[in-house]
Amino acid sequence: MRTRVTLCSLAVAGLAVCQVSAQESVERGQQVFDVWCAPCHTTGPGNSGTVALEVRYQGTKPAALEARTDLSPDLTELFVRNGISIMPPFRKTEISDADLEALAAYLAPSADQ
Amino acid sequence: MANPPGVSQQDFSAALQAFADAVGEEWVFSSDEDVALYRDAHSPFWGEENELVASAAVAPDNVEEVQQVMRIANRYQIPMFPFSTGRNLGYGGSAPALSGSVVLDLKRMNRVVEVSERNAYALVEPGVSYFDLYRYIQDHDLKLMMDVPGPGWGSPIGNALDHGGGMTPYRDHFQAHCGMEVVLANGELLRTGMGAMPGAETWQQFKYGIGPDLDGIFSQSNYGVVTKMGFWLLPEPEVVRTVSVIAPRHDDAGPLMEILSNLSYSGVIDSYFSIRSPVLHGPRNAEFDALRARGSAATAAEWDRHAASRNLKFWQASLTFYGPEELVDARWRHVRERYSAIPDIEFDDGATYRFPMTAEEREQTAEKGALGIPSLDTFTGRSAQNQDVADGHIGFFVVVPMTGEGVLDSLKVLGHEFAQSNAGVTLGTFGSFHLRTIMLVCMLRTSRTDPEQNRLTRIAYERAVNLAAEHNWGTYRTHNGFMDFVLSKYSFNDNALSRFHATLKDAVDPNGILSAGRYGIWPKSMRGSA
Repeated sequence: MRTRVTLCSLAVAGLAVCQVSAQESVERGQQVFDVWCAPCHTTGPGNSGTVALEVRYQGTKPAALEARTDLSPDLTELFVRNGISIMPPFRKTEISDADLEALAAYLAPSADQ
Repeated sequence: MANPPGVSQQDFSAALQAFADAVGEEWVFSSDEDVALYRDAHSPFWGEENELVASAAVAPDNVEEVQQVMRIANRYQIPMFPFSTGRNLGYGGSAPALSGSVVLDLKRMNRVVEVSERNAYALVEPGVSYFDLYRYIQDHDLKLMMDVPGPGWGSPIGNALDHGGGMTPYRDHFQAHCGMEVVLANGELLRTGMGAMPGAETWQQFKYGIGPDLDGIFSQSNYGVVTKMGFWLLPEPEVVRTVSVIAPRHDDAGPLMEILSNLSYSGVIDSYFSIRSPVLHGPRNAEFDALRARGSAATAAEWDRHAASRNLKFWQASLTFYGPEELVDARWRHVRERYSAIPDIEFDDGATYRFPMTAEEREQTAEKGALGIPSLDTFTGRSAQNQDVADGHIGFFVVVPMTGEGVLDSLKVLGHEFAQSNAGVTLGTFGSFHLRTIMLVCMLRTSRTDPEQNRLTRIAYERAVNLAAEHNWGTYRTHNGFMDFVLSKYSFNDNALSRFHATLKDAVDPNGILSAGRYGIWPKSMRGSA
């Protein structure tokens, strides 16, 4: 698991509620990633999403999504709900809006990067 | 999005409200944005007028809600189209067979109800995916092996109901099921087999119970909504071994298939096997095209010279064995002895996997399917070797005789036809996904940006189905958009099969609200007009 620090927890450090909910959201986001994204987008044999992104980016960006530092929440949501190439869209019974928000938070750039 | 055909706006609105009352507002989807998520991402009709699309979606959480939804649908005459996980890509995905249907999305019903290690079975709901069941088995450290199809995000129930297959001894997923729970079109709840006996502990042990075996009518059909199904699992074997038999010549197809068939019928080989020809599967060159274009006029000697010029052996059969190592060794030894009669036959001892495997070993293996590990490896995307990737595909798996002639003729005939189509068809192996059966796997490309690709694919598909039928070969499964067409090939005695399907439909779903058009079965009100 990579460590992610959200904008919320840094910018509003005194607000415990915000910190807790942001941390929970990122943890939830990782769970969503593990279930729905990992079969194609981690490293290792058979990860067709990672292989495809290696070819697409030719080393200019990391191919594995968790290593990316430029995935804005809007971009994540766009690909999840629209799909691209052989990746189909995902329905709300698979990844709910709340889960998608958590996933986007998990993949979003860390505030310290 | 389309509206349900023949339903007034007033009734549709009332039905959607009633659905919301039954399952909760958040689980009824009717905005264009939400309903668009139910489009078939692999549709060969993408963006065209006749793309099959839903009018809305409703997603119940449990069987009682499914019953309520069916009663509401009857009240307002709403056409419903249930699916399990909606990932039957290549055959329709989460889109209905009749545009304007309300899709009944069962993904939320994702409970693994029971897994028995002692008696090696699972009872699951339709929203459970192969990934989900695998996680359950691993998390509970159960010494059981699932059988999985190519894509792991599919549902054991949905895949079995569409007659899908895998690789282990329980590879025919419908045959490996035991016991169903079904919500009928009128909302009534039915359990089949021993499940009809309240309290029976053998629902997942004995398929038949008493009386007619009904389960088959709920597969590739529209007679009920399956809400639970039991599946037999394989006790984790001591070893799994993948091996190959390589035969060098064109005419080895006959003895290769004769021995393979006999070994399979005898139970020496009790799991998936595949056959491919490094020559006939390509890659092609000018001499290859010229030979194949001559059809049966090209002699075996000419083909053998061609193969020799490319330093290729003509046939490769791949087999897998499961069980105690001494039995696996004995089976493989017996197979080699049987094949030793073919001159210059070669054997590849392949790989042996020992259990239990570590999590890392499972993750790293390239033969997940043979080991019952779900994955999405089948979706090979863009790679250094393959820059031209389709957005999707439709499947055409052709059932051919288990003979040398069946293998040779279908490869040459369909290979030539697809080469002429310019549709970029991928010709795969022959696979034995079901007992006593081989199918030639053909994948046709679809696109979400190139209507011309889809047009070529549709033409190639229809021509291939026609050509196959002329040679008495049929397909076992089809995309929503071709169901009437494919069923028309099963026409014995003035379409007696189709007429009987219709008789059943009228009896069990008199309002015709359930999955109209699925596998060419239409309710009375739509027959002849679809």
